[in-house]
Order: sequence, then C-alpha cells, then structure tokens
Amino acid sequence: MSVHTLQIDGVECAAGQDQTLLEVARENGIAIPTLCHLDGLCDVGACRLCVVEVAGSTKLLPACTTTVAEGMAVTTTSERLEDYRRTIVEMLFVERNHVCAVCVANNHCELQSRAEELGLTHFELLNINPKLDIDASHERFAIDHNRCIMCTRCVRVCDEIEGAHTWDVMGRGLDARVVTDLGTPWGESPTCTSCGKCVQVCPTGALFEKGRPVASTKALRPFLPYLKAREGMQP
Amino acid sequence: MTEAEVVAPVAAPAAAHRSRRMTGPSVTGPVRVTAAVCQAAGCLSAQSDRVFANVTDRLISDGVTDVAVKRVGCLGLCAAGPLVEIPETGALFRQVDPDAINSLVTYLQTAKAGDASPEREPFFTRQHKIVLENCGRIDPESIEEYLAAGGYRALRKAVTELTPQQVIDEVTRSGLRGRGGAGYPAGLKWATVAKQIATTKYVVCNADEGDPGAFMDRSVLESDPHRVLEGMAIAAYAVGAQHGYVYCRAEYPLAVQRLKAAIHRAEKAGYLGAAIAGSPFAFHVELRLGAGAFVCGEETALLASIQGGRGTPVPRPPYPAASGLWHQPTLINNVESYANVPVIMRRGGDWYAAIGVGKSKGTKVFALAGRIVNSGLIEVPMGTPLREVIFDIGGGIPFGGTFKAVQTGGPSGGCLPEQLLDMSLDYESLVAAGSIMGSGGMVVMDDTSCMVEVARYFMDFCREESCGKCVPCRVGTTQMYLLLTAITEGRGTLADLAALEKLGDMVRSTSLCGLGQSAPNPVFSTLRYFRHEYVEHIETGVCSAGVCPMAAGAVS
Repeated sequence: MSVHTLQIDGVECAAGQDQTLLEVARENGIAIPTLCHLDGLCDVGACRLCVVEVAGSTKLLPACTTTVAEGMAVTTTSERLEDYRRTIVEMLFVERNHVCAVCVANNHCELQSRAEELGLTHFELLNINPKLDIDASHERFAIDHNRCIMCTRCVRVCDEIEGAHTWDVMGRGLDARVVTDLGTPWGESPTCTSCGKCVQVCPTGALFEKGRPVASTKALRPFLPYLKAREGMQP
Repeated sequence: MTEAEVVAPVAAPAAAHRSRRMTGPSVTGPVRVTAAVCQAAGCLSAQSDRVFANVTDRLISDGVTDVAVKRVGCLGLCAAGPLVEIPETGALFRQVDPDAINSLVTYLQTAKAGDASPEREPFFTRQHKIVLENCGRIDPESIEEYLAAGGYRALRKAVTELTPQQVIDEVTRSGLRGRGGAGYPAGLKWATVAKQIATTKYVVCNADEGDPGAFMDRSVLESDPHRVLEGMAIAAYAVGAQHGYVYCRAEYPLAVQRLKAAIHRAEKAGYLGAAIAGSPFAFHVELRLGAGAFVCGEETALLASIQGGRGTPVPRPPYPAASGLWHQPTLINNVESYANVPVIMRRGGDWYAAIGVGKSKGTKVFALAGRIVNSGLIEVPMGTPLREVIFDIGGGIPFGGTFKAVQTGGPSGGCLPEQLLDMSLDYESLVAAGSIMGSGGMVVMDDTSCMVEVARYFMDFCREESCGKCVPCRVGTTQMYLLLTAITEGRGTLADLAALEKLGDMVRSTSLCGLGQSAPNPVFSTLRYFRHEYVEHIETGVCSAGVCPMAAGAVS
C-alpha cells in the first residue's frame, strides 16, 4: 500500500491510499463536523456537513467519501464552510419537529451538539414542521419520524452489521422516510431481529427505547464492538 | 445459428421484405411517389395512424398501384401534425384530417418525381440534419430501411477494419461532447473507460429524458432507434464492453416499444449479440425502464436504478468510468451522443469537427416548445445564433406576442432575455450567460409569462424530484420554493431576494449531485435578467403578466 502526504489546514499528514479525508483529519486531531457518518458503517455523503475545500477543485467535497490524493491541500474550516454548515443544521431543525426540551435524546443528541458547536442561535428559515407519525408498534422500540434527520445510519447498521436489512428509505424529497420492511409497521416486521442496533446508532431521539423519560437516552455504542465509536465525537 | 448466417447479415434488404413493409400493401409495380406519414408521438396523438390506414385503403379502393404509403419517424414540425411528406416532390401536407384526405389523394394520383412544389420555409431549409438524418425518411420499425440508408455500415467497418483505439481516435478527433447537458468530451470519456483494466465493462445509454419541454431523445428513439443501438455497439467495441443497457423512462411507451423491436431485429440480423458482423466481438443490449424519477437521469442514480436499487445518486469520484454498474467500468452517454457516432465513423471525425464553433463541434438537436409558432424538433450547427433558431426557424411568437425569454436546459438551466438573442448557441456561451446547453429543450416565453412564476415552477419541480438523500437539496429547494411562493402571493420582501441568493449559493455549493447543484439556476438567471419583475411583485404588489394570484387582488 502506498502512502500519500497531504496538507489539511496547513498540517502535513501521512495517509494510506484508501483513507478518506475525514479519517486522516481525525487521526491528526482536526475536527470536521459530521452527522450521517458513523465509524464502522459505509459512508453515504448525505448530510453534507463535512464538506471541505480542496485546492484546485471548484466544488466542495465531502470529507467522508473523498479519498486522499498525493499533495492535496485541504481546508476544513472557513467562514464560508461554517456558514454552510450552520445553514445545513438549521435546515434539519426546521424540516421536522425538533423540540429538545421534550426529547428523550436531550443532551445526548448529535444534532443538538452540532448546533451548539456551530453557534446556531436562532432560525431564519421558514419552519416546515409537518405532523408526522410515530410508529410504536414494536414491543421495545419506537420511531418518531418528527425527529428523524434521514442520516440513514439505522438503514446501514441494519444492513451492514446486523444483516437484516429491515430498514430502508421510501418516498422522495421532503416525503422521504425510513421505513421497516417496505412500510410494514415495525412491530409486524418479519425481518426485524429486535437487536436494537438502529436505536443505538440514531444520532437524535428519532429511534428510542420505550419507557425512557425525557433526556435519558444515551447512545449505547460502546456495546457495539463492530462500530469503532470514537470518544471525542460522541455528544 | 449457423456460421453462414452469422457472417452475412443482409447489407441490402431482401426484396421480399421490401415489398410489404417499405411500400405498403397498395403497391404492385414500380413506385411513382411515396406518401411518408409521420408516426412519432406528436403526430400519432393527432391520429396519424388513421391517416396512414385511410390513405392506404383509399388508394387500394381507387385502384392506384404505384403510390407507396409508408410509416416514418418524426418530420420535425410537430405543431402542424399530422404530417405527410411526398419526398419525391418535396410537398408537405400539414394537419391532415384522417377523415378528409381528398386533396392529399388527388395530389398523389397525379404527382410525379420532379414536380415543382412550394418552396420550403426556413424551418426546413436552415436546419443541418446529422442526428436526425433518417428521422421522417425511414420506417423506424424496419431494420431493412435503416440498412438501406447506410445503417450499421459504421459498426461493420469499426469491428472488421479498425482497432478500438482507432475508433476512439476518430471520436476524439470529431470533438463530440456529451449531449446530455454537461458537455464532457466523449472521446476522453471513451478513452478513460477503455484504459480501465477489467474483464467486464458496460455501456449505458441514458434515455431518461425528463426536462419539461424536452423531447429530443424521445423523437430520436421513436424515429431512428437503430442509430442509437449502432452508436452503443461502436462504443462498446471501442471501450471493450460486452453488455449494454438502455435506460429509458417508462413515460415513453412508443419509444420503448420501438427500441425493443429494434434490439430484437438487430440481434436477428447479427448486429447485436454474439459475433457481430462476423467478427469475434459480442455485445448484448438490454432495456431498463425508469419509474418516473427525474433524478434517475443523473448518472450514478441511473446506475443504481439499473442495478435494482433505489434511484439515489452517490458521490463522485469514483466516476462510473472507473466504477459503475456492479463496480465495473461503465461508459454512460446520452441518446443523442450515441446517435452522432455512426455518422462520425462513416464520414470521419474531421468532417464532423468542421461543423460547429469553437469547442462545440457538430450539430445540436433542440426541442422548440412554449410560445413559438413552429413547435417541434430541429437540428442546427453549434454556434447558430439564438435569434435564428427562435425567429427564422421557429417562426417567432404566435398571435403577435412579444418575446420575453427562452428557457434552455430545463430545471438545471436558465432563462435568457431578449438582449441575449444574438448570442451563439454553444456550451461555453450558454454557461457564461447563466444557463446551460442541457439536453436541448427550449421553452419560449412571451409577455404573458411571469418570470417569478417561472422560477417558482422550476423550483417546485426540483423540490418534487429531489430524492431526499442530501440535506441542501431536500430542504433547501423547499425553502427557496416557499420564498418564491411568498413573492408570487404578494407576501415577499426585498430581504427575501437576498435570502434567495444566499440559499441558492448554499444549495449549489453543497448538494450531492447535479440536480441539487443546478436547481438554483432558474432563480439565479431570472434574478440576473428579470430582477425588476421580482421587485415589482414586492414593491407594488402587481404581477404585470397577470399570472400570479396576487394580480387579481392588486387590481381590485
């Protein structure tokens, strides 16, 4: 395997040829905000929070899916990028109903953490706030679509780690939803193994264990040894 | 199939075949004149199939035996359909009523080759047909007619006389650029796929034409499907692919039907499948239908859809040329790009490169729609001035209206105002003007169109068609749509214009695929050229085109 050297925010970094910019940045202590990324799962480049500037490219590139190249010069933080990232988080907040005070994930929510880190203090965008369903048909778990940010971590962990592929995405645009078994209620899903991995990888309070009071869900990722959860990036 | 059958696909059509399909049932002896009846979607919707049947019956009952009646593809002037052309004399009958064919039949009874006919208007004389050379001339369901028009000769030459590298060189020399919109050099893309080391490679044809007002690919597929297959086969030979897919939207049932038939006939004739034209080269083509998603025109989403997955884009790189269908190198081009290839191989890259202007070589097919007299399909050399296309060829604005704008490139393109009418139609000029070449749709608007409403319409389209995978496109297009709606309903403020620009910049810069990255273009181009209309809506509460819902309120 050949090794590349590149510059991230002026820091010289060494990287294996198949590593992504995100991996290399984090190895070198450079923080790039993410939401859809989770170590141990395939990257999809969906949330766009990790977009970075690469010298010589007119487009912004997502750090999670861009592999390193020799001599790359990457900028991970700039006023423009911060601005875009703040807007992305704001878009997620206004897209559905995110009221932290009544959420099981309060204080353990990655969306909330990103908003704090990026200094999102108020909303300028229009609130869309549709009234979405809650599927509480499963014996132990429930999904509140109002809090889902469509990161698809649940879809990927169910497919890639558990191998059940119970979750997938249905609908498009604002109507896109994560669904179990082509839209079957979760409790009736014949493929769900009730392993709970989806609940544990959910960055917000969308997927949660029943019977938990507000602000009590703490992601249990250390119990998933397949996922190399990184302390520093947990909320 | 025996060796002999494989080696000798008919170069000239067999006489037995020709008699029925190529002349129609009314003919017994030599043909004096031909009535070519358009059977593409536009004319069919105006009952051109009944025109064909009625003319045939009438000729038989009148005992006329030397007039051939044949089905042909698109004659171009869709606005005047059903169209019947008499190629021997150059006469064109328009808006032929299937129940009133007397004048046509009378003409057919006496007409002969060389008869003087009225001079054709600029719509026909100003065009330069390369991709459309067979459209309206041959029966799209007859491989014999395609062969008789020189079809599959280029493929035969390529696989028997040329090396793959020579084919790529010819395409590179032609300067052909992707006709799907982005204008990526075709030769470079082909060379990239050819250089990949893999045992399996794929060639994919993007026929998921989804721009509102665009019907170029549809007409090519409906009128000359073999041409696209031949282009694909030549491409497959050049890059070393064995399998091909045509991804066609299901909303084009006629194109699908003709394509299916064409694949079947080309396989039977030995131009697709194993041992093409007697060479060791094999290439199999399959058809895949889209399920009504605009985003599946984006190449990575299209490939996901072919594989049976959800049609959502994935970040590039890796580009399909390196890792496409089932992670194998995949060449993906648009219908019109492939349709150019047989001519390039037949007449040479240098000949092709001599047409056009600057870095935009060859011709481009445009679909004229909207407020224009001659709605239809045209093909002009790259670099033709916009004014010539709209006023000389297109015939200008109907009902004495005033030209306001032309929308090119669909939801990813922009609206060009009157002061740009003299610009040259080529990739670079269009981008500089804030639009794109796109696939070739041109929607002409007059003063009854409100440009804010147009921007809102396209944003609504993008919002609906966003796959929902990435946040900027999923939420950003909706946010922009809400702002535009507020302006059209008289609730807008000047601060909304700044917000639109800020959001647009963010959506363009951070979206995952081309759909999101180009979704703000109609807003940017209307803000650039028609800002006064936005300001008028906001400051005076009036929509002078009388389109927006606020207009009524403002008047009362």
